[in-house]
Amino acid sequence: MRTVISGGRIVDSTTTDDGRPADVVIDGDRIVDVVAPGAAPLDDSRVLDARGCVVSSGFVDLHTHLREPGREESETIETGSRAAALGGFTAIVAMPNTDPAQDSRIVVEFVREQGRRAGMCDVHPSGCITIGRAGEVLAPFAELAAVGVRIFTDDGNGVQDPLLMRRALEYGRDLGITLAQHCEVARLTLGAVMHEGACCSRLGLPGWPAIAEELMVHRDIELCRLTGARMHFLHLSTERSVDLVRTAKADGLPVTAEATPHHISLTDEMLAGFDPVFKVNPPLRTPADIAALKRGLADGTIDAIATDHAPHADHLKEQTLDVAPPGMIGLETALSVALTELVESGLMSIRSVLAALSWNPARIAGLDSRHGRPVAVGEPANLVVFDPSARWTVDRRNVASKSGNTPFHGRDLVGRVRHTVLNGVAVVVDGTATK
Amino acid sequence: MKHLRSIDELGADGIVRILELSAHMAEVNRRSVPKVPALVGRTVVSLFFEDSTRTRISFETAARRLSADTMTFSVSTSSVNKGESLRDTVETVSAMGVAVFVVRHKTSGVPWQISQWTDASVINAGDGWHQHPTQALLDCHTIVTERGLTPAVGCLAGLRIAIVGDVKHSRVARSCTEAFTALGARVVIVAPATLLPPDSSPWTDGGNVEIVDDLDEVIGGVDVVYMLRMQRERMAEALVPNLGEYSTRFGLDRRRAGKLRDGALVMHPGPMNRGVEMVVDPLEVPGSVVTTQVTNGVSVRMAVLFDVLGGSETEVSR
Repeated sequence: MRTVISGGRIVDSTTTDDGRPADVVIDGDRIVDVVAPGAAPLDDSRVLDARGCVVSSGFVDLHTHLREPGREESETIETGSRAAALGGFTAIVAMPNTDPAQDSRIVVEFVREQGRRAGMCDVHPSGCITIGRAGEVLAPFAELAAVGVRIFTDDGNGVQDPLLMRRALEYGRDLGITLAQHCEVARLTLGAVMHEGACCSRLGLPGWPAIAEELMVHRDIELCRLTGARMHFLHLSTERSVDLVRTAKADGLPVTAEATPHHISLTDEMLAGFDPVFKVNPPLRTPADIAALKRGLADGTIDAIATDHAPHADHLKEQTLDVAPPGMIGLETALSVALTELVESGLMSIRSVLAALSWNPARIAGLDSRHGRPVAVGEPANLVVFDPSARWTVDRRNVASKSGNTPFHGRDLVGRVRHTVLNGVAVVVDGTATK
Repeated sequence: MKHLRSIDELGADGIVRILELSAHMAEVNRRSVPKVPALVGRTVVSLFFEDSTRTRISFETAARRLSADTMTFSVSTSSVNKGESLRDTVETVSAMGVAVFVVRHKTSGVPWQISQWTDASVINAGDGWHQHPTQALLDCHTIVTERGLTPAVGCLAGLRIAIVGDVKHSRVARSCTEAFTALGARVVIVAPATLLPPDSSPWTDGGNVEIVDDLDEVIGGVDVVYMLRMQRERMAEALVPNLGEYSTRFGLDRRRAGKLRDGALVMHPGPMNRGVEMVVDPLEVPGSVVTTQVTNGVSVRMAVLFDVLGGSETEVSR
């Protein structure tokens, strides 16, 4: 049976304006026709109502923690990929800080297979840079690359040893992979709970100074210059980090970067009520950092919006701030936060936000043969349909993720995903997951 | 006032109210039988996640003098490290019927978290580096009574108070700075940059707090010198080279004590590190009120317990 996405306007990587009204006809896992509104025959077709909506290539998240294997109390690949689909994502890169970590072929294949079984979105496991993310011994890059791993990271930990990082870049350079760094000089963030500044001083909480991130961004840019290897910077959070990446790009270095929805919308003042939901690594920072991250997204210094979706069960977050694990969920609110912060304010167009949510991250993750494609005849049907003007209020009790640690609970946001199509199958219809 | 979690929450008017009530409580404590039935049948639980002798005993003495029942719930930090939910602990104890939790924890913010999970009042007996409001209140009470002042907003105007030492890690310094300035005093913080909070603007922006690193420069010109405890473990963090150097720069020795103005008070929240920040024996210093602080602590904590449980002054006088 065919599926027709009816009455929307297409905004994709080839769009130069506000998008063009068209109906999209899907058969099997492909787009078979793109026709004038109303021109597609609807008999014997499933119709996805897209009136008032944008039709785009599905989103790609470079940074998702699915917690399986090892922490299934907080999330499973099934619940996490359902949350992703509801957020409009058709592909997600699963971070490797599972237990066991994704440093061997068997764990990587397990994650991919669980994703396939859930069938809600394409789950692409990343691999570790070092065994067990311990920062000591390199993970088998070639073995993992041979089974399709393209992003390697020790996320949650930065690779502290500069020699090891140099070797990782040199060894990985010709394997067609990208190393992604969590930039944090650990000696400068011992015991840190929140951004180091006036707020942590007042609250008496140990600070996570901006320089702990910036020193590693700087080091890795220079290692990138030395080795010529590709490098991706995860969750940039400070003004100076954005400046460093901007300069590196101007120098022609093969670097890319991402920012999270929470780092472009929330400040360290959120911790004033001592709620561990707002503890995240890197921490929420200042209005000046937020402004710099937004400028970086607008001018292309930051390529992608990535969620760093990090579910934690209530009982883990209901510990004291020093022991509560850092992280917040983000898959189901990413688009809305981006539209609210970047488009409502007039800073960016919908098209440039979609670039950061879809085709740019697809390219960085090496998924651009199937995701982030133009909405055109013959292309894979990995699509999202969203209403850019729908207003809604986030409620932590209504999330598909197994954990409710959203920092946006109670917030009014604009823009909501209506349908998501994965390989031709409507996995989300009218805001509801079909399985 | 339902809870006492920070000086900021209490405000200047609240501080004055507690100080006035503390004077009544001090009168009770001077009686031959220092006990009143004000809180009969109410249960006060000390929920101490961090070792403390003097603060816990001071609160429990205060509660008993008001005829409350007291329970102590000591939780070793190890059970927290095992992943025990703070919420479970609080809800369990709360289910036994508790009027007030007196909470101490090594982590900032715990009293706020706890107050979400119980209907009981929460009194902060020290959270991390953040706040220790009853210490600041007993210090205000001590200064007010020693100087013969009447509690009022602005009653400390004209006084200059030096707070000396490890301000960065000190909940006492945060609460005292806020309380002293709320009552009109000027505060001079004396510390090396490594022992200051990363950004002091929350205090200095108000214009009543200045920061210096030379104790000798200020010691002769202040009305109160408030010495903070210097913890040995700070050496491992490269915050100061060694205790000897710290003591030489920031310790109160005989020479510095001799420079104090007539009538200047010397205070310390305890426990003292003799030979480190307190080189001179406080008993040798005429203005030392270190023991008086401890005595006053009971009266002030009685006032706070009474206040959070909604009592009125007439009840105490009965």
